[in-house]
Amino acid sequence: MTDSIATTPLTSWHRAAGATMSPFAGFDMPIHYGSIVTEHNACRNAATLFDVSHMGRIRFDGDRSAELLDRLLTRRVSDLAPGGIRYSLMCNEEGGILDDVLVYHIEKPSGGRFHMLVVNASNRQKIIEWLTPRMAEYPDVICTDRTELTSMIALQGPLAMATVEGLFKHPADKLGYYHSYVTEQFNKPVIVSRTGYTGEDGLELITRADEAARIWENLMLAGRKHGIQAAGLGCRDTLRLEAGMPLYGHELSESIDPISAGLGFACNFKDRTFIGSEALAKIKAAPPQSVRVGIRVEGVRPAREGCQILDANEQNIGAITSGTVSPTLQYPIAMGYVAAEHSQIGSPLTIDIRGKRAAATVAALPFYKRNR
Amino acid sequence: MNQEELLYAETHEWVHVESGVATIGITTFAAEQLTDLVYMELPEVGRQLNVGEEFGEVESVKAVSPLYSPVAGEVIEINTELPSKLDLLGSDAFGAGWMIKVRVSGEPDASKLLNHEAYQKQCAEGN
Repeated sequence: MTDSIATTPLTSWHRAAGATMSPFAGFDMPIHYGSIVTEHNACRNAATLFDVSHMGRIRFDGDRSAELLDRLLTRRVSDLAPGGIRYSLMCNEEGGILDDVLVYHIEKPSGGRFHMLVVNASNRQKIIEWLTPRMAEYPDVICTDRTELTSMIALQGPLAMATVEGLFKHPADKLGYYHSYVTEQFNKPVIVSRTGYTGEDGLELITRADEAARIWENLMLAGRKHGIQAAGLGCRDTLRLEAGMPLYGHELSESIDPISAGLGFACNFKDRTFIGSEALAKIKAAPPQSVRVGIRVEGVRPAREGCQILDANEQNIGAITSGTVSPTLQYPIAMGYVAAEHSQIGSPLTIDIRGKRAAATVAALPFYKRNR
Repeated sequence: MNQEELLYAETHEWVHVESGVATIGITTFAAEQLTDLVYMELPEVGRQLNVGEEFGEVESVKAVSPLYSPVAGEVIEINTELPSKLDLLGSDAFGAGWMIKVRVSGEPDASKLLNHEAYQKQCAEGN
């Protein structure tokens, strides 16, 4: 553990609850509170609460903030209505992915609007450094890193909405997917969004840092009758993998472009330019060499990140980027990049798992989809 | 196995030596730390192991943990039931959860291993 490890407003709660803690992106974060599988199943069947305060929250105030974000993001922000949220990518000039982000357009109850980016914890400093020189042309836009002033809590699972019934000044039940609003809990503002990273229904809450522990406790209490469970980053990873969601540092990096990553839907070129758009238009025009796929591994042994993917002639055709045994499906699942000609669903693959061969096939993503 | 009479490696393997045969497993503490076990790999009978050599691995949902031999010698038996009954590592790590038996070449080097008290101390310190 380094000297500079950061805590979240909920770290002492996690420790008191007996969590196994580990440094993650500079923060002391809970990995699990006893069992990743138990927490995973609670999220699929009931409700779970995650501390995601380590994720970066960067706020943009000023009339030209949408214009600035239009320049930085692969998707248009200027047509995002107040209350709307959009998944987007931030790319470098070559089209490599700097980060995948959520951009919020928030309407304050007192009037006035602002934009906010939620970025990956591991990319927060990089993104701020990337933004700084590019802000120069927008002196009227004020950019504030709100990460340490606020806390972010994810409530996920089929009983998430039942859990918050009666908890907020304005109920969340009518909130549309990928929409947010500002409400209050005990007269303190909370940004509530219908988003998440588990494949389940749920909400993400952004609160003032000094309100986080109280709101967390209230949610735990309100969710008790629904079987709510505090959950750590361990099951967040197995949940998102089952849901086929890429994770920065694994499926996404600066050496991967959004087209190869299967995120072409999050790049909008029509009548606009943004940083990287020229490079991405060229990449889009030529079919990608290597693409992100879902992989079902035969047998019981999971393939892990870094395992090489081979064809029938033992030639290397790719590598695993994430892998585990799916707690829901009870068999090993993985994501990885393979040469495009081997990327059709059903294509046979061989995985080199630390020297031993395992048979596998390209599988449709997501591995798990909830009943809506 | 009487846990107080066993020797332990810092890497959480236990070893019991009797009549030149070492029985090796991992401790309940280690199994609990790993949690959510999904797979394990054990060596072939007949394999020669050195002290500290990796003889297999145990995997949880989250990660792979190598298993290290606390003794040198030849693997003469493996617990073939164990990979399909990983629960035993949590419920009976010092009994039915044994992993391999090794015919030791010479006595194990007790100076490199921990007695029960020293191992308990290591666990209490959170290693």
